[in-house]
Amino acid sequence: MFDINYTFHWNQAFRALPDMLAGAWITLQIAVLSMVIGIIVGVVLALAKQSRFVAARGFATTWIEIARNTPALFQVYMIYFGIPAVLQLVASWFDIDFRAMGINIFYLDSYWAVLVGIAFNNAGYLAETFRGGLRAVPDTQTRAARSLGFGPFDAFRLIVLPQMFRAVFHPMTNQMVWAILMTSVGIFVGLNIDLTGVTQELNARTFRTFEFFALAAAIYYVIAKIVTSGARLIAWRLFRY
Amino acid sequence: MIEIENVKKSFGQLEVLKGVSMTVDRGEVVSVIGGSGSGKSTMLMCINGLEPIDEGRILVDGTEVHAKDTDLNKLRRNIGIVFQQWNAFPHLTVLENTTLALRKVLGKSKKDADEIAIKQLEHVGLGDKLKMYPSKLSGGQQQRMAIARALAMEPKYMLFDEVTSALDPQLVGEVLDTMRLLANEGMTMIVVTHEMAFAREVSNRVAFFKDGLIHEIGTPAQLFESPERPETADFLKSVL
Amino acid sequence: MFGTSITWGDISFMLSGAGLTLAITFWAMLGGTLAGLVFGVIRAQSPWYVNYPLGTVLDVLRSVPLLIQFILFNSFQSIIGLNMNPFVVGCAVLAAYTAAFCTEIVRGGILSVPTTTRRAARSLGLTYWQDLREIVLPLGTRVMLPSWIGLTLGVMKDTALVYAIGVIELLRSSQIIITRKPHEALVILAIAGLMYFIVSFPVSRLGAHLERKWREND
Repeated sequence: MFDINYTFHWNQAFRALPDMLAGAWITLQIAVLSMVIGIIVGVVLALAKQSRFVAARGFATTWIEIARNTPALFQVYMIYFGIPAVLQLVASWFDIDFRAMGINIFYLDSYWAVLVGIAFNNAGYLAETFRGGLRAVPDTQTRAARSLGFGPFDAFRLIVLPQMFRAVFHPMTNQMVWAILMTSVGIFVGLNIDLTGVTQELNARTFRTFEFFALAAAIYYVIAKIVTSGARLIAWRLFRY
Repeated sequence: MIEIENVKKSFGQLEVLKGVSMTVDRGEVVSVIGGSGSGKSTMLMCINGLEPIDEGRILVDGTEVHAKDTDLNKLRRNIGIVFQQWNAFPHLTVLENTTLALRKVLGKSKKDADEIAIKQLEHVGLGDKLKMYPSKLSGGQQQRMAIARALAMEPKYMLFDEVTSALDPQLVGEVLDTMRLLANEGMTMIVVTHEMAFAREVSNRVAFFKDGLIHEIGTPAQLFESPERPETADFLKSVL
Repeated sequence: MFGTSITWGDISFMLSGAGLTLAITFWAMLGGTLAGLVFGVIRAQSPWYVNYPLGTVLDVLRSVPLLIQFILFNSFQSIIGLNMNPFVVGCAVLAAYTAAFCTEIVRGGILSVPTTTRRAARSLGLTYWQDLREIVLPLGTRVMLPSWIGLTLGVMKDTALVYAIGVIELLRSSQIIITRKPHEALVILAIAGLMYFIVSFPVSRLGAHLERKWREND
């Protein structure tokens, strides 16, 4: 049954290591940028969800629920196929001819599609994380701070925020690892410069699928471990209490 | 008969039992008093084999508890234990809490198990709470349920580990009443307790524990009125 | 329909993709949960020389993109000549991935039961397995079930990645229609999104509801 007529060519894979590491750098770049955007938008969504305005609450809820209840790949598709489709629709309404202006709206760069798609997803998940973080700090803490003479802003900045940060730190680390792993879906929209994309190109040239992807898996694992250990070190430095 | 012979036990660097010896005869009630962290509770855990020991031996009716070939599950049927945290099983009703071991350990039918359990629950005054979940009971009621749960197995010995320490003061009485009832019925009991008046009234003998050793053991009259050791006198002065 | 060029044929093509999505989710959850139960029990109480290797293997499964696991395993099984069909490969890989997460859920559930409660059970003469079955698992379930429901939804969304080994599930079927009718991309994706949402949203609400209800009881 296990009739193996296959010789592993690991040397070939290791020779490609510099190219793959360059891809890993792009992967990390997309993940970090998508986290930065995700954190900023996530805070806005968390606040919007507690807003007095129905429209703001509705907008935040819709975003969060789509992000959490559909696959990340679906969200990348929405950006990749959806944004050009919307632009075309708008263009047709107003009779604007983008093509005559030298702008190609029928095509969205896969790098941006992946970045924006994953940022969209991060924002949705992080918004819920931040809401949980706000709840994790009891009102009595604010009251105690105010009773010591802190103004509302200082009470939030000095007392509530640090405690909140502790509550959201671990989920944020998970989200970061998850963002790194999810960038691999770029392969479905033709992204060929990140780690998975580079690996796929090498694979298409050589058909050494197993060797190349095994090496890619190892690189992903190492990156994930570096991020989690780094986060643990930071947490240990920051949260001594 | 429970025979404890020169038992030593350490948790890492900390030696909690430093050579404890004591014998408890059938029908006897022995109270164990002493400060927190003196090793009293650990000793109870060792008697039914929930904790291993480092040196010495413990015999229950001649069976060595920590011997390799001892069937601990079988031994534990003879030794009921009630803990400080009452440890109700929160997902089971009062009746189910009490019948669980009867059915799973002794293999009794549901009907027989219910009958025994109801008898014991009525005995401790919980006959009207059978279908309730523990979360709806007071601490004192949960603790009495724990006693009934242990009694249902018809143990020869009952061990009580500071069973009233975690209770609100107004609930202590009902639990002590239940234990008093048992003592009067002739149950063999080892009672680790902070309730000095109770120890004095119910016990045949009282043991004073300090720093992993039994410093003094004797009748309540001896120990409370004319303690021989200065440590005992100091302790009694601090709590009475 | 919708005044567009999308036909009922397209919709039924997507529905059959959705059926495959649910089927893969089912098998992955079944296999992953059973394995997760076993590994979780082992993880919760084994000495380090068992725990550490097992934990590391499961950690690798959690730290490598699922997409790459699909490709790797598919390539591996064809190298050793198993000739499994892509659907089976998809289910097997996803089940292993699920097991890695389920193990931690089960372990957390077991460790959430206080030692004192377990001691009480053992002191009544219950054996180790009786304690596990009658006390620990029922109590741990309260902790585990909400996470498990979350895991199920996560796995359902992750099935989208079996596309990589040629299984035509919901998202892949949508994408096929999009390449045929690119101008309908938004509508097609909206329909696919709605299909995911219809399954996912009620289940996630149920999970949140259970979590709230059980927290109140404690």
